[in-house]
Amino acid sequence: MALDKHGIAKRIAKELQEGYYVNLGIGIPTLVANYIPEGMNVVLQSENGLLGMGPFPTEEEVDPDLINAGKQTVTTLPGSAIFSSAESFAMIRGEHVHLTILGAMEVSERGDIANWKIPGKMVKGMGGAMDLVASAKNIIVAMQHTSKDGQSKLLKNCSLPITGLQCVKKIVTDLAVLEVTGEGFRLLERAPGVTVEQIQAATEGKLLVEGEIPEINV
Amino acid sequence: MINKVVQDAAMACHDIPDGATLMLGGFGLCGIPENSIKEILRKGIKDLTCISNNAGVDDFGIGLMLQQRQVKKMISSYVGENAEFERQLLSGELEVELIPQGTLAERIRAGGAGIPAFFTPAGYGTEVGEGKESREFHGKMYLMETWLKADFALVKAWKGDTAGNLIYKGTARNFNPMMATAGKITIAEVEELVPEGELDPNSIHTPGIYVQRIFQGKDYEKRIEQRTIRSAS
Repeated sequence: MALDKHGIAKRIAKELQEGYYVNLGIGIPTLVANYIPEGMNVVLQSENGLLGMGPFPTEEEVDPDLINAGKQTVTTLPGSAIFSSAESFAMIRGEHVHLTILGAMEVSERGDIANWKIPGKMVKGMGGAMDLVASAKNIIVAMQHTSKDGQSKLLKNCSLPITGLQCVKKIVTDLAVLEVTGEGFRLLERAPGVTVEQIQAATEGKLLVEGEIPEINV
Repeated sequence: MINKVVQDAAMACHDIPDGATLMLGGFGLCGIPENSIKEILRKGIKDLTCISNNAGVDDFGIGLMLQQRQVKKMISSYVGENAEFERQLLSGELEVELIPQGTLAERIRAGGAGIPAFFTPAGYGTEVGEGKESREFHGKMYLMETWLKADFALVKAWKGDTAGNLIYKGTARNFNPMMATAGKITIAEVEELVPEGELDPNSIHTPGIYVQRIFQGKDYEKRIEQRTIRSAS
């Protein structure tokens, strides 16, 4: 059936490649760190100023002066580097980070993303998301296919305030893996036991289905 | 040599007036100038414009200044984790300017480095870009953003010396180095203040030229927002 958030994270981990520098957003993207293939050298960038983010600390290792962008306590690894926020975003803006994985409230069929504000209801701010989506070479969105009340989050046009235009390359949801093509969402894979019709019904934007669609293998 | 060393936060912050524009270092509660914030709370300075990546939490950091209604305007990138902030914002009591985090960092850096404006792609095509000049370079659209400066920059470092040189620890560095350069008066509080000559010149993060006042802070709480641990196995 539909993937849980760990399943989504596992599937995204398959997009990682040897030597990648990767920025993981808050939420499901953070879980991707747990599924980096054994032996693969991937360096995690945390935009508050850490390259080479290690696992959560043990009780004894906890250091209030060492956190990630989600304000969680973390550790460093051999080869880690620490720097200022200006330096951190120079890396991001300068396209030195290979892959950005982040959550979204909505994605449009052109790859626009909305994830920072619901007018009149919720304003948390964009944090580093606007900088990341404006400059990342490759952006993968991790999210549920529909909202809690069943509304599609893969839309013709975003209804919420935009975070960035035409930037998302790939989307991994609980139901499917999709590529953003400019003409619509190309269905690449479907969650085990989920039909193309179910995905079609949950996708408001144009869904491109060509040939047999394989199941996600996680 | 000018004496930059002051006794405590009360001396360091004695002339911050109502209506001042402040920069406050820190990311979340990591690396915030705890002593200076406490002093601003004690003095009840009002109508402040605060430039800081976050706004603290409800009961710590800048969050406490919001509780006491000392802040007129916040300039930040992310203000989640703070219910009172969200309430004041949605009710219109608090003026808020939300800025992409990298743009915020670079605007502060530019302020300290004498660069009045620069172009960045962050926020193009969003409401952040409304009313701003945009321009195409090499086929991509960019927004013009201007420098930020402050009357007082309040920063926190791990070690400092009497010449005002600073060294930060871990990710408590974050916005502190840029803010130190962008204050007309930069007040640095440090966990350990040593005589000049004791810090290795190769290891200095913020050269003393940027720092006007320095003091050794006390009673650091260093509150952790998300204490996340793994089991030792």
